[in-house]
Amino acid sequence: MSGHVLLIEDEPNIAEAMRFLLTREGFRMSHLSEGDEVLARIRSDRPDLVILDHMLPGMSGLEILQALRADPDTRTLPVMMLTARGRDRELAERAGADRFISKPFSNAEILAEVRAMTGR
Amino acid sequence: MPFNLLVASCLLYVIFLFAVAFLVERRAHLGRLGWLRSPLVYTLSLSIYCTAWTFYGAVGYAARSGLEFLTIYFGPTLVFIGWWWLLRKLVRIGREYRVTSIADLISSRFGKSNTLGVIVTLICVVAATPYIALQLQSVVLSFGVFASATPDGQAPPDPEQTAIWVAVGLALFTILFGTRNLDAKEQHHGIVTAIAVEAVVKLVALLAVGAFVVWGLAGGVSEIIAKIDAADLAAWQVQPGRWTGLIFLSAVAVITLPRMFQVLVVENADEGHLARASWAFPLYLLAMSLFIVPIAVIGLERMPAGANPDMFVLTLPLSEGQGGLAMLAFLGGFSSATSMVIVESIALATMISNHIVIPLWLHLRPSAARGDDLRSVVLTARRLAIAGVLALGYGYYHVSGGSAALAAIGLIAFLGVAQILPALIGGLFWRGATRIGAMAGLLVGFAVWAYTSFLPSFGPGAVLSESVFTQGLFGLSWLRPQALFGTEAMDPLTHALFWSLVLNATAFCLGSLLTFPGPVERLQGAAFVNVFDGGAGPQRWARGQAEPEALLTMAQRILGEDAALTLFQSAARDQGKEGFLPDPTPAFLDSLEGRLSGSVGAATAHAMISQLVGRATVSVEDLMAVASESAQILEYSAQLEAREAELTRTAGALREANEKLTQLSIQKDAFLSQISHELRTPMTSIRAFSEILTEGDLPPDMVVKYGKIIHDEAKRLTRLLDDLLDLSVLENGTVQLNLTLASLQQMLDHALTAARQTRPERSFTIQRDLPSEAIYLKTDSDRLVQVFINLISNARKYCDAADPVLRIAVRQRAGRVTIDIIDNGSGIPKDSQSLIFEKFARLTDANRAGGAGLGLAICREIMTNLGGSVAYLPGQGGAAFRVTVPLRLEKAAA
Repeated sequence: MSGHVLLIEDEPNIAEAMRFLLTREGFRMSHLSEGDEVLARIRSDRPDLVILDHMLPGMSGLEILQALRADPDTRTLPVMMLTARGRDRELAERAGADRFISKPFSNAEILAEVRAMTGR
Repeated sequence: MPFNLLVASCLLYVIFLFAVAFLVERRAHLGRLGWLRSPLVYTLSLSIYCTAWTFYGAVGYAARSGLEFLTIYFGPTLVFIGWWWLLRKLVRIGREYRVTSIADLISSRFGKSNTLGVIVTLICVVAATPYIALQLQSVVLSFGVFASATPDGQAPPDPEQTAIWVAVGLALFTILFGTRNLDAKEQHHGIVTAIAVEAVVKLVALLAVGAFVVWGLAGGVSEIIAKIDAADLAAWQVQPGRWTGLIFLSAVAVITLPRMFQVLVVENADEGHLARASWAFPLYLLAMSLFIVPIAVIGLERMPAGANPDMFVLTLPLSEGQGGLAMLAFLGGFSSATSMVIVESIALATMISNHIVIPLWLHLRPSAARGDDLRSVVLTARRLAIAGVLALGYGYYHVSGGSAALAAIGLIAFLGVAQILPALIGGLFWRGATRIGAMAGLLVGFAVWAYTSFLPSFGPGAVLSESVFTQGLFGLSWLRPQALFGTEAMDPLTHALFWSLVLNATAFCLGSLLTFPGPVERLQGAAFVNVFDGGAGPQRWARGQAEPEALLTMAQRILGEDAALTLFQSAARDQGKEGFLPDPTPAFLDSLEGRLSGSVGAATAHAMISQLVGRATVSVEDLMAVASESAQILEYSAQLEAREAELTRTAGALREANEKLTQLSIQKDAFLSQISHELRTPMTSIRAFSEILTEGDLPPDMVVKYGKIIHDEAKRLTRLLDDLLDLSVLENGTVQLNLTLASLQQMLDHALTAARQTRPERSFTIQRDLPSEAIYLKTDSDRLVQVFINLISNARKYCDAADPVLRIAVRQRAGRVTIDIIDNGSGIPKDSQSLIFEKFARLTDANRAGGAGLGLAICREIMTNLGGSVAYLPGQGGAAFRVTVPLRLEKAAA
């Protein structure tokens, strides 16, 4: 497995931290900071894992997730959701998120989850 | 008396009138009119009925035709005593519908038809022109009498020159005081008071001359009675037909003369004043007529045979060596002439600008209707019209050569404006009267008047050829101008009076019976005829589709920004709403139309609103309400309507409150979740990078970079906590205010400098008016500057114009100062305008790095604490905020 991770996160500093952590572990990282072009990018790049922030400009994380799950092509694509608000967990799980992580998180936790989800 | 001394006294007198008018305007501006709005001033202002014609001409009239001159006083007396219910109805309608002139009244009654307004305006201008010429002539004559009476070697004044200077002077005075403000409903206090002063001067002058004649020359009351008995005067017989006609004519004129309508209806400050005037004005007329006959009799006895009896009031004291008395009489005549010309030209200028110039302007430049301030156009039109009216008067004087006897021109003018009567009376009392009928009547009456009275007054061979007089038009003998249909027995004036009014009324009735009124006509007809029945008239607007913001923009152009904003704000408050934009309910559209009518006339106001509302017609329900003849049903439904309006208002207020509560509760819930989000986001970066840094073995530049990120995010957290704390302190009202005296200009300088840190790469054009900012405020200057910085930074952040401009406008009024901060971007959409002051309300996420969305919420709380407010100001062509602060904030309020 090649280990291509697509991160959708609008806070530049959080994205910077994730990029540092994951590339150090050997993952290939792409990053988007807005919700609108996400679906097209997923279709063209076919990442192995999508890490999705909940609050995004444009299309929200939850809407992106619902769209992914509605499309047969991406129904089984592993999706990890990040959120800064506690009560989003239930909504995210119902919409079909595979993992759910609250901010702030520990770096070790994120790495462990990503490894588990990409099977490495 | 030397001519230049005479001119100097006139100038002094006019300067005195200027001072009176100016002081009264000042008091009116400060709202301290007091006794100046009393029935006395109103009654005295009505005396412009007595012009130079009455002052000089009545004596001449008496000398020529005996007691016939009394008819000119009988007519108005009858109207004021016997018909004051008619005047009361006129005044009520004038106040209720903010009528600006008699043309506006007719146009408004018959479906706000501007064509009718134009017709009435033209009739008035044509009829008034000779009348104004008459006033100029009388002033010139009196100048001539004075100057020629002193053979001191000086060249006698050239009458032409005198007339020009008098006309120019009057135009200047009228323009200065007649066109200062726009709303015809609320002003001219200065002019009216000056007119009242002139009324006193002319009365005192005439009484003084009369007393001198009776006790000084004749030797007492019984002697003068004997002399009158002996004179030919009393022998002249009474002609019942002509007398009745003259009484009727002067009765009509006192209502329809443009200047009488102006003082009687437009300048009326209180309906109650009319009751007092109904006996006081006839008393004034009585006093004016008391000594006419004695002066005429003694004049005929003592003056040389060729002397002009029109000038007896002046020449009699002069020839008896009473220079001072003659001077007083001269000023009396001068007063009569000037007051008439001033008011007449104001009245005519209002008509010309509202019914001819403005509609043309709007028609020719529809694009201009959007942008510029219409008020300057209206005022310029009025000023030019005043100059034009006086130029016409002078032109007539020049052409006619000032030959005819004074009274003859006066009566012809009376008859001209009398043509408005059938349409006026019909409009007030007959709901079946229609626009077509009114038009037909006016045109027919005007044509007959011109043919039988106005054109023949130039004399045979001048306008109408000799043969027309003797053989009739086209050789048809029944079309002879002074013997229509072969009626040769009547004298020319009675003849013209009879035929013009009979044919006018017939055309009016036939036209009305044969045509159907349009919807707006029906509504206006019912509203005018039944003005005393219900409170407000029927609503003329169904619920409109008009955008309140577009209405506001239009209102600002006509009423000016302040008045428009005040009007809209109070209307919004009445509907239970906050801000400046009321719903375009029928009631609101009605009141707005009423206000605009006061400035530009009913027809134009109606046309402008219907342009925005999208249609000029009336709904079926409205028509049904009018068509229903049952007073009971009407009354009941009026009660229901009132109750329903009350309920609707309450419901509106409740709905708004409820919406607000629901939104607040949602926001309260969202608040915690938002705080959680806003706190966790920076913490995530801090935690992630601090873990990375603790692991060690990073290159030094990375350590610096990540250390800076941690530092920045920590600052962001601090800022958020500061804001939250600030907000909570402000909301609890436990904030400590540090009140000092601070310069507004410096505060704005400071704020502009500080705000430059926000998006420093953008360059803004800043428009300020520094003199207006030279105000010292007693307030907490740090807090106020905080508000300014916030608003200016927001403009820097969100203004999306390519060449951004920031305008700061400061105004001070009644102890409060408003600071408007206006950019030229696309502004804030209407449905978001009420949300922006809520916590965490960020309209777009495009610039979220700036803050948590607490800025405007903090601004609002600060302004509440400073005893002021901050609000979104719609209709400014960009995002605009108005900050209002008290000039001096007292500790108690803090």
